[in-house]
Amino acid sequence: MDYLTLLQILDTTVRLATPLLFACLAGLVSERAGIFDIGLEGKLLMSAFFSAAVAATTGSVWAGLAAGVGASLVLSAIHGLASITFRGNQLISGVAINFLASGLTVLIAQDWFGQGGRTPSLSGDARFNEITLPFAQSLSGLPYAGQGYTELISGHSLLVYVGLLTVPLIWWMLYRTRFGLRLRAVGENPAAVDTAGVSVLRLRYTAVAIAGVLCGLGGVYLATGLQAGFVKEMSSGRGYIALAALIFAKWRPWYALFACLLFGFFQALSFRPDVVERVARIDIPGQFLDALPYILTVVILAGFVGKAIPPRAGGEPYVKER
Amino acid sequence: MDVIPKWADAILVPLISLLISFALSALVILSIGKDPIEAVKIMVTGALGSSYGWGYTLYYATNFIFTGLCVAVAFHARMFNIGGEGQAALGGLGVALVCLSVDWPHWLVALPVALIAGALFGAAWAFIPAYLQAKRGSHIVITTIMFNFIAASFLTYMLVEHLRPAGAMDPATAKFPAGTHLPSLADALGLVGIPFSQAAPANITFFIALLACYLVWLLIWRTRLGYEIRAYGHSEPAARYAGISPTKIIVVSMMISGALAGCMAVNNVMGEAERLVLNSVEGAGFIGIAVALMGRSHPLGVLLAALLFGFLYQGGAELSLWANIQRELIVVIQALVILFTGALDNMVRMPIEALFLNFRRKAPVEATTAPKPDAKSAQGGHGA
Repeated sequence: MDYLTLLQILDTTVRLATPLLFACLAGLVSERAGIFDIGLEGKLLMSAFFSAAVAATTGSVWAGLAAGVGASLVLSAIHGLASITFRGNQLISGVAINFLASGLTVLIAQDWFGQGGRTPSLSGDARFNEITLPFAQSLSGLPYAGQGYTELISGHSLLVYVGLLTVPLIWWMLYRTRFGLRLRAVGENPAAVDTAGVSVLRLRYTAVAIAGVLCGLGGVYLATGLQAGFVKEMSSGRGYIALAALIFAKWRPWYALFACLLFGFFQALSFRPDVVERVARIDIPGQFLDALPYILTVVILAGFVGKAIPPRAGGEPYVKER
Repeated sequence: MDVIPKWADAILVPLISLLISFALSALVILSIGKDPIEAVKIMVTGALGSSYGWGYTLYYATNFIFTGLCVAVAFHARMFNIGGEGQAALGGLGVALVCLSVDWPHWLVALPVALIAGALFGAAWAFIPAYLQAKRGSHIVITTIMFNFIAASFLTYMLVEHLRPAGAMDPATAKFPAGTHLPSLADALGLVGIPFSQAAPANITFFIALLACYLVWLLIWRTRLGYEIRAYGHSEPAARYAGISPTKIIVVSMMISGALAGCMAVNNVMGEAERLVLNSVEGAGFIGIAVALMGRSHPLGVLLAALLFGFLYQGGAELSLWANIQRELIVVIQALVILFTGALDNMVRMPIEALFLNFRRKAPVEATTAPKPDAKSAQGGHGA
């Protein structure tokens, strides 16, 4: 495998890791506050559809961004209502949200555009286009470092860079602010937080809302950055893989970045069967490569996580008094 | 402890949840510019208006009974098996391999073998996530979801590379031999003189599904294993203290769950398609979640919920045919049912509980005021 092929695969890795990263960080904030979120998948899908639909009709990707994040927030509100206010089962609520998104997106897409559950393709201002970083052109002549800069670091859409910046931001929020301390505390021992006079409900709702915004950005990137428009079931399990990455990262932001890059790399490999076959020197069926990210997820969850200790109050609704 | 009587818990709460889900579904239909009343009419006539419609409704219901029982059995052990879809797909592979292996002389011989093969394949597919949960602590929800994706790829691979007859274009197996043809429901009902549509796919697997309901009830409430499963589901520490092995319960309950999903293949692969095609399960595994939640994990409830979803499914097919409403409407209804009967259960339950409490508080005051203080003083005396 030559250097340029490697760069191309790594470039694809970064693109494919971005939606995973947004969803993973969303799950991180939510689960650190004690709310399990299986519904990442549905939020990605809903946001992808509404961002593509609004961007297609208005021609502005920023309107699409607002619509996508808004749609994701609505689903977050449902999840919050079910799991915080009405103390329901958080897993079941998440599953319901995933089905809701999967059904509604197709129904509405057919009603609005009549193209069998997809939106028209986006172009120009309706998409987040690639940004060429300064000096990318002039440095591309330089071997290795210059090529790496041009191919790998430059030439992504805005949301990729936003995603990468979100990692230190979330880290800072969780570990360096009072809000972050309380958020982590409410996922470990909500009764203590309550005793200290801080509202458990408000903290958890805030966490779920942050998760909604982040997931929304992931969905927007999916439909307006990674691809040009919405197609049925386009999230294709990314929300679940993000969950696996979250467990792999043991609920920590920087580890989440690396876990998502790893899973993104697996996905990138499945797009390049020729490279995999050349490196492995055997004939691998395409279906195996399709299943590879999922198989590796299971393997990683089973073997290499070590002791992944989830937030202690995760999944438990908080009951103030019995 | 019990604030509301049993009948209210078993019937009233799910019924109100269902009504809310339907009302919201009607709003969805309105919002895409269609008439909900017209839609209901099309659904009722399409699914229940003829024995042909009933044949489809019962055919789908048979699928959902199996997947609903699959989720319900796992629920009793407090396992959330989202992998019914993949387990049913693997069951289909087992059934297909059996049906194609020899030239079966008669369906009576082929059926038990196919049933066992489907169950074994489904159970095997559930075994790996169960084992990983029990031994390695990998979350069953995530692994079963991953196994659904892996099953889909694996089935595509098997169909495209191995099972597709030479020269055929579409990824599907050859037609099963004639000896595996199951009698249709019309044949069975014809024996007792009930006329029924021959064209509908409902077949005698429906009776196996009914039997499965009874067997699951027997298992959960009348056997030692069932007791252990329920004990583990209620409290893991208590079960452990009583000498029940968590590993055994997780693995066994998940394998029974997977086997039930695998049995579904007898209905859709052997009974209807008579060959294995891509995506033969068509989401039935996921509908099982809604069915189990609505049926409160009780076989009778699962049966009723499965019939309802069979009606919805067939009605939904008629809608997409006659009213240009996408089939995904069923997915929305399914999501709303899961949301209201599962996650938002307390939202429905709390007002009902408040109502019953109110009712109860009033009743003794009107009837007799005496017993209350008496009971209290008796308790106090006992304590002292």
